Amino acid sequence: MLILTGLSLFLLVAIGIGLFFKSRLILSEHSLWDLLSGSAWKPLSGEFGFLPFIVGTLFVTALSIAIALPISLLSAIFLTEYASSWVKRVVFPIFDILAGIPSVVYGVWGTLIIVPWIADKLGPRFVDYTSGYTVLASGIVLGIMILPILVSLLIEIFTIVPQDYREASASLGATKWQTCSKVILRKAMPGIVAAVVLSISKAFGETIAVLMVCGNYAAIPRSLFDPCYPLPALIANNYGEMLSLPLYESALMFAAFILFFIILVFNIISRWILRNIERSYKM
Amino acid sequence: MKTKFIVEKIFFGLMIISVILVFAFLGSILITIIRNGWPAMSWDMITQLPGGGFYIGKEGGVLNAIVGSIYIVGASTILGLLISIPIVFFINIYLKNDSKLASITRLSFDVLYGIPSIVYGAFGFTIMIFLGLRTSLLGGIIVITLLIIPIFVRSMDEVARQLPKHLLEASYSLGATRYETIKVAIRQIAPGIATATLLSIGRAIGDAAGVMFTAGFTDSIPTSLDQPAATLPLAIFFQLSSPLPEVRERAYAAALLLTLIVLVLSIVGRMITHRFSKNKIK
Repeated sequence: MLILTGLSLFLLVAIGIGLFFKSRLILSEHSLWDLLSGSAWKPLSGEFGFLPFIVGTLFVTALSIAIALPISLLSAIFLTEYASSWVKRVVFPIFDILAGIPSVVYGVWGTLIIVPWIADKLGPRFVDYTSGYTVLASGIVLGIMILPILVSLLIEIFTIVPQDYREASASLGATKWQTCSKVILRKAMPGIVAAVVLSISKAFGETIAVLMVCGNYAAIPRSLFDPCYPLPALIANNYGEMLSLPLYESALMFAAFILFFIILVFNIISRWILRNIERSYKM
Repeated sequence: MKTKFIVEKIFFGLMIISVILVFAFLGSILITIIRNGWPAMSWDMITQLPGGGFYIGKEGGVLNAIVGSIYIVGASTILGLLISIPIVFFINIYLKNDSKLASITRLSFDVLYGIPSIVYGAFGFTIMIFLGLRTSLLGGIIVITLLIIPIFVRSMDEVARQLPKHLLEASYSLGATRYETIKVAIRQIAPGIATATLLSIGRAIGDAAGVMFTAGFTDSIPTSLDQPAATLPLAIFFQLSSPLPEVRERAYAAALLLTLIVLVLSIVGRMITHRFSKNKIK
C-alpha cells in the first residue's frame, strides 16, 4: 500500500519530468522567450512561435469564465440560500448530468447550435463575415462545460459559512440579498477566488469540444468573431504529423508542458486556499 | 417600497433566470443530440463493423468503437479499482489523522485530478515511445487508468473520511489488526466505491483527448493488447469532420449513443448510492 501511494505521488513528478525532458530539444534550439513571444508557426522551416496559441487559450478561457461566473454565482446562491429542499432535489441532478456529458458531445452540440447561430444570426450584426467557428463559440461551449464544477465548488464554499452570520445579518434588518452580497460573498471571497482559479485550469485543458468549434487558425485573434487555436487543440490536431520531425514533436511536448505547468501551479494555489478555509472554520 | 426590497426582487429574478438558463442549456444539448441522432440510429449502427464504404456513407456501424471503448473502460476501471482502493485505505486507516503524508497525498491527487486528459495523453505517448510501443489497446488502457485513478481516490476518500472513528476503535478494541479493520470499513464505504466506479466509467468512456494519442483508431475489433483500438468519442470526432452529410449523421447517432450510456450510468449511480446507503452507520 505504501508503495502504491508512493508510486502515485511519483506520477505527478514523472509527468512533469517526462514532458520537460521531451521539450528540452526545442528549448536548446530556441530561447524560452522566443518561443513564448514569437507569433510565426512554421514547423517545417523550424519556426515555433507559441504566442497565437497562448493568446487564443487565454482569450477563450477568460470568455468562458466571464460567461460561467455570473450564472454559477447566482445559481449557487439560489441553491444554498433561497431554494427549498425539493427545488434542490430537482436542480442538483441537472448539474450532475451536465458534468457527466462527454466533451465530444458538447462539441457536437456546439457545431450544431452555437456555430450556425453565430455565423447566421449574431455575427452579421457586428462583422462582415464570420464562419461561426470562433473565440465566442469556444467561450460559450467552454463556459457551459465548467458550470457544474464551478457551481459545486461554490455551493461547498457557501455552506461552510456559519449559519450565525446569516442570523446576525437578518436580525439587523438586512434582506436576504443584502445578507448574501454583504456578508456571505465577502466571507466566501477567498473560496470564490480559489473556485475560479480551479475552473480556469479546467478550462485551460479542455481539448476536444474546443477543438471542434474554435476554427483552428494559427493567428492571434483580434475579436470575438475571429477563429483561434488554443494550446490543447494544437497538440491534439498535430499528434499524427509530429513524429516526422523531432523538433516538431518536441514543440508539441513543450506545449503540453506549458499546460501542465500552468495547471499545476493554479491547482496547488487554489487547493491550498480551499484547504485553509476548511481548516479555519473547523477549528 | 424601499430600494433594498426592490434590489432583493431584482436579484431573485436574476437567480431564477440563471437556473432556468442552466436548464435550457441541458435541454438544448439533449434535444439537439436526440433530434439529430435519432434518424440515423439503427441496429446496424451498433451491431455492425464499418463496411468497405463506411466513410463515404455506405453500410456499416460503429461496433468497432463500441467494443474498443468497452475494452478500454472495462480494463482501466478494474485496474483503477485495484490501485486506488489500497491507497484510500492506506491514507484513511493506516495513517494518522494529522499525518503529513496523507495530506500531501490528498493534495497531489487533487492536482492530478485537475490535469487535463490531453496532458495525460501526451505523457502516455512519451512513455510509449520510450518503451517502443505503438498506438495500441494497451496504451489506451494505461492512459485511461492514470486518468481515472485520481477520480477514484478522491471520491472514495471523501466517503472514507466520514468513517466514524468509534467504529474503527471498536474494531481495534476487539483485538483486530488494521488489516482486519478494513473489512469493517469496506462495508461502510461500499456506496462510495460504487459511485466512484460509475463516475470513473462515465469520465473514461467520454474521454477523447487521452486515447487519441495512445489507442489510435481502427476499423476492426482489436484481438490483442498490442493492436490499436477505436473508441466512441474518437469515432464521433472523426466522422463529424467528414464533408458527407450521411457520415456526419452517423456521428450524431454515435453521440446519442454515448450520451445515453452516460445518462444511464448517472441514473444507476444515483440508485445504487441510495440502496447501499441503507447499511450505513451514521
